[in-house]
Amino acid sequence: MKITLFIPCFIDQVHPQVGISVVKILEKLGHTVDYPEEQTCCGQPAFNSGLWDEARAVAQQALKAFRNAEIVVTPSGSCGAMMRVFYPDLFKGTPQHDEARALAAKTWEFSEFLVKKLGVTDLGASFPAKATFHDGCHSLREMGVKTEPRELLKHVRGLELIEMNPPETCCGFGGTFSVKFPMISSAMGEGKCAAICETKADYVISLDSSCLMHIQGMLDRQGKKVRGLHLAEVLANSL
Amino acid sequence: MMTIAKSFKESATRYCADLTHRAFIRKGLTGYEAKRDENKARFQSWETARQAAAEIKYEVINHLDRYLEQFVKNLEARGVKVFWAGNAQEARDYIAQVARDNKVRSIIKSKSMTSEEIHLNEALIQAGFEVFESDLGEFIVQLREEPPYHLVFPSMHLTRGQISEIFQKKLGTKPVQEPEELTMIARRIMRQKFCAADMGISGVNFGVAETGMISITENEGNARLTTSLPRIHVALMGIEKLVRRMDDLALFLPMLATAGAGQHLTCYNTLFAGPRQRGESDGPEQMHLVLLDNGRTNVLADAEQRDSLHCIRCGACLNVCPIFRNVGGHTYATTYGGPIGSVITPHLRGLQEWKHLSFASSLCGACSQACPVKIDLAHHLLQNRRNAIQQKASAIEKLMFGGFAFVMRRPGLYRFAAKVARVFQPLHGLIQGTALDPARAWTRTREAPKIAKQSFTDWWRERQKTNHG
Repeated sequence: MKITLFIPCFIDQVHPQVGISVVKILEKLGHTVDYPEEQTCCGQPAFNSGLWDEARAVAQQALKAFRNAEIVVTPSGSCGAMMRVFYPDLFKGTPQHDEARALAAKTWEFSEFLVKKLGVTDLGASFPAKATFHDGCHSLREMGVKTEPRELLKHVRGLELIEMNPPETCCGFGGTFSVKFPMISSAMGEGKCAAICETKADYVISLDSSCLMHIQGMLDRQGKKVRGLHLAEVLANSL
Repeated sequence: MMTIAKSFKESATRYCADLTHRAFIRKGLTGYEAKRDENKARFQSWETARQAAAEIKYEVINHLDRYLEQFVKNLEARGVKVFWAGNAQEARDYIAQVARDNKVRSIIKSKSMTSEEIHLNEALIQAGFEVFESDLGEFIVQLREEPPYHLVFPSMHLTRGQISEIFQKKLGTKPVQEPEELTMIARRIMRQKFCAADMGISGVNFGVAETGMISITENEGNARLTTSLPRIHVALMGIEKLVRRMDDLALFLPMLATAGAGQHLTCYNTLFAGPRQRGESDGPEQMHLVLLDNGRTNVLADAEQRDSLHCIRCGACLNVCPIFRNVGGHTYATTYGGPIGSVITPHLRGLQEWKHLSFASSLCGACSQACPVKIDLAHHLLQNRRNAIQQKASAIEKLMFGGFAFVMRRPGLYRFAAKVARVFQPLHGLIQGTALDPARAWTRTREAPKIAKQSFTDWWRERQKTNHG
């Protein structure tokens, strides 16, 4: 299968190892990976800020980059939701509505692609550690991805997964919300970090590097030793 | 004068730093969550029930004109006086006029958020009437002279000690700690007031169009007394609170109890069909129904957000909202707090003044998931943001995101800009946390992410070269 990758801008610039891990995993499974270099950002920062014209301008770049792709896979529930759920809204009433819907229909979040599309749950990975899992709100509620990453983690040798309590609460990032309302965002982040630390896990795994950027930034500031990892990094560990 | 948005931020800052408040609210809602889940499990399928409820509400709201006419016709046939109030002022004036016409002195009320919405108590007190809240939670916040903290749990933010304190101060009672003792104090006073009142004002949980009845659901029995002891009963109802027929209540009553209070059913469920009829021995001599628009038709006209009128005011979206749980109910400064309030207040009271509520959200979507009538709350927040910007964009944001779009449409420029940013990033350490730090909203509580030495794109290019070289 020819798989086209969408690597969101902050993964490209801040967490390139997540993208690299995805390439390694998909190639190990025998697929051809393509990365069109015209891609930049999905446009979500402008979209969430209410500036839909500017968001549309950026999203057009994504439409162009993925026009010829058969399947688009992205290691981000948030940017994936932007393309799958919100592009059709964003382009409603414009000549590109059909194209946006076509892109939405062929967009997959990385873990759901592995489990649902490829039927893969065991990648032979090994990661002997205690970890907890953070559900990004967009992957959980917009894309409906909850069991897939857990299914994949269950097959990782040596990994002990401890669910946090409460399990599904937002980490407080929310894109520009984190700087527009830093006091609320930080209060939510404190709650999330406390729930993570309560599990006594050494790692917090997620499908969203953006949530992890927020969580890690806060854990580091608090002097906590817990490390954030993207699911792809864990699965690629012993490849 | 401080703008509404600014005082929201100030209050949010204060509450977010209040760890006692955070823990207290969390503890209270943890109990609710357990009970809610227990009762959700009693439904054969909660998800199917949500779908059915959403469909019933969709039908009613999309044919509201027909259902309202049917409802009113049935009520009037049994002698209920129906008043259509376009706005809060008309509703207040009508109720005060009814009170004056009937030489009312003392008014007793059962819980009604709609009466909070139109600031009814203040108006009636100013007109010279004594007004008394009979719901225990409402009674407590009335004594404290503050608005309800939550749609369903008006005094959930108060400890027993604080309640005892206000009783001592306002009622001159002895300090007590047990909930039973506190309740008895309120009960002793309320019984007197019930007997003395000439007018009872209630809200409405559901209007049944087919039979022309109003359904009131409560746990304390105070609404029954409010509506049946005084000689006049005035019910105040938003025009959206209709269901089609009695059968619908079989779904909505347990649903409201479950989502709202974690109960199987509330303790008292009553249907009212009119004043005392000929040959009947009790009930009020007069019954009035005030049907309130007050901006609801603005929501009705907005096809995108019309489903906000499905709301049954259960408060489930507040209970799961991490924003509500941190900023607290009073920070919203609206009648309806939490996600539903953030969605509808801009429609009811003005988009530009209330848009900050739609921006004050991480868009986590817990509200949409919790809503028993499937209001698309999180997405409506996004639409409010878009509408606010379309109406009036700030020049700074236009410039910022215009620049963002300019760069992101040019892959080469974007990658170059990222490289420049990486070179300058080490310098950020020099100003981090100071007034010069443009990222201080982030860095006050969080470390800044570091741009990687080699981007994914660079890695990919290098690899392509090696593979093909």
